[in-house]
Amino acid sequence: MPSTLPLLLAEAAPVKQSPAALIMFLAFVAATLLITWWSARKSSGASAYFAAGRRITGWQNGLAVAGDYMSAASFLGIAGMIATSGYDGFMYSVGFLVAYLTVLLVVAEPLRNLGKYTMADVLAYRLRERPVRAMASLSTLCVSVFYMIAQMVGAGVLVKELLPGIGFNTAVIGVGALMIVYVVFGGMLATTWVQIIKAVLLMSGSLFLSILVMKEFGFSFTQFFDSISAIKQTKDGQETIVNFLTPGMKFKDPLDQISLGLALVLGTAGLPHILIRFYTVPDAKTARVSVIWAMIIIGLFYIMTTFFGFGAAALLPQEAVAANPNMSAPLLAKTLAGDIFFAFISAVAFATILAVVAGLTISASTSFAHDFFTNVIHHGKEHRPGEEVRVARITAFVVGAASIAIAILLGPSINVAFLVGLAFAVAASANLPVILMSVFWKRFTTTGAICGLGVGLVSSIVFILIGPTGMKENPIFPLQNPGIASIPLGLLAAWIGSLVTREHSAEAKFPEMKVRAHTGHGAEEAEPH
Amino acid sequence: MSDPEKKPLSDAELDAQAQVWEKVAHRPEFEKLLTDKARFIVPASIFFLVYYFALIVIVGYFPDLAKKKIGPANFAYWFALSQFFMSWIVAWVYVRAANRFDKQSAAILDEHA
Repeated sequence: MPSTLPLLLAEAAPVKQSPAALIMFLAFVAATLLITWWSARKSSGASAYFAAGRRITGWQNGLAVAGDYMSAASFLGIAGMIATSGYDGFMYSVGFLVAYLTVLLVVAEPLRNLGKYTMADVLAYRLRERPVRAMASLSTLCVSVFYMIAQMVGAGVLVKELLPGIGFNTAVIGVGALMIVYVVFGGMLATTWVQIIKAVLLMSGSLFLSILVMKEFGFSFTQFFDSISAIKQTKDGQETIVNFLTPGMKFKDPLDQISLGLALVLGTAGLPHILIRFYTVPDAKTARVSVIWAMIIIGLFYIMTTFFGFGAAALLPQEAVAANPNMSAPLLAKTLAGDIFFAFISAVAFATILAVVAGLTISASTSFAHDFFTNVIHHGKEHRPGEEVRVARITAFVVGAASIAIAILLGPSINVAFLVGLAFAVAASANLPVILMSVFWKRFTTTGAICGLGVGLVSSIVFILIGPTGMKENPIFPLQNPGIASIPLGLLAAWIGSLVTREHSAEAKFPEMKVRAHTGHGAEEAEPH
Repeated sequence: MSDPEKKPLSDAELDAQAQVWEKVAHRPEFEKLLTDKARFIVPASIFFLVYYFALIVIVGYFPDLAKKKIGPANFAYWFALSQFFMSWIVAWVYVRAANRFDKQSAAILDEHA
């Protein structure tokens, strides 16, 4: 989620509540642990652990992609942003769905046809394996860890608010421990089902909340839009009427919006935790079907942000929203349907966080074990059977523990929202250009891939550091979102790096890769039942 | 890709392999599949990118048009909402086209095998 989301900076507004929330949290935790136990019993072997045996069906994977993607920042953050900034918040909702067209049209199918477990598999197909895997693994770890720390700090703040008895550190440790258990013991199968359940919970919660909002307006869209076009607000002691449908309440620089749009639309197709989901289905056609399912669910969800986002602006007192924008959706639930529904929405938010961090953990650990450990260090050979999976389990534990430690070290008040913007920028500037060039451009070389990944990664970080996020006063780079500069730089580096070198083997393997990418010949198959 | 244990091949071996694949790649049916795919994917991608960035440009640079009231909401909202339907329609049209591509590639694989 891009850098301007206020999710993680909010100060806690004390919320009184019944034990219902705790009971629902525990019910969700119990259900997911049961799934983890079942997955652990069922799965053995690398393809089972990393790719759920490639036996996930189209609609299941579609739900899981949606569950992997819609973070707490999407649910609570966007609802809060629409509640405070109106239309500008809704602009995020739009970008998050449109981005899936890039995934559908150019990335999902060749990726499924060419790879085994990770994004780097596609690059390693015809380039020199060790350098490209090392670099792609670094980029994957960066994207996943940036994103994860943002989610963990957000989770700590959130759980603390939803369950007032629990402190920030306890919440972070709890969330971290659960995600480690899912991934270490249950692998991709458990992660998938946690994401599926979360998607179903999130959709039902949002739908019910939307219906409740529309009920307040007598199910009349005219009344609804009239009401959000004229919301009474007090500003500096003066009462004004604000039209929440008018753009510009939050974003002042259109160039920043364009830059953000680029990062969203191109970055989603380069997010490793989304990409590895396409290895869990039997073939490219199913991968395509799963993107369609994901697009239906993600689209419906983001359209519903209209109701519970603008609805919160119209129905909740201005001070309540301003005190903590991220609590607008749960507060709205409480106002419209009481404590039990508040508890349910809180549990949904909790499930949302867990499903996303589990997806991030498994993408980081898969890339480290498969790309770096097996292929870079051990030249593609397992020294002992099951070694790759064991390394992945250990990595999942280490990555999880490190994220817990960093999140606690940074504390609840740190602004980590920029980390999510950074993750999208790196995915768009480093990952996507090299994936596309390796599939579609014969002259692409290892040097080109290294340059593209390196420059995309470094420039995204540098532009954030010298931008308004990193330098509060007189930033050298004027925009919040680095995409508009870092994406062309990443592309240019990959292109120039390829032009100045010649790689005979990369060109010789191009026809083979082309045939396989487009026909699915020789693609990894599902495990037999 | 299924065999992780790759011995580095000499240039001559690589060229020999490349020739085999090159033959498949140069079959008219495969070339037609690629052209058909490109003919769909390139314009579809350009279309959705232009449609999406048109929203950002209008909202950013043409505030009067964005604020224009149409029915209960304004132009900016309807245009934003239309992005969802645009995405679904492009996806649906692509799936229909991709079913044709699947048939083409299945035919190529059958013949080749």
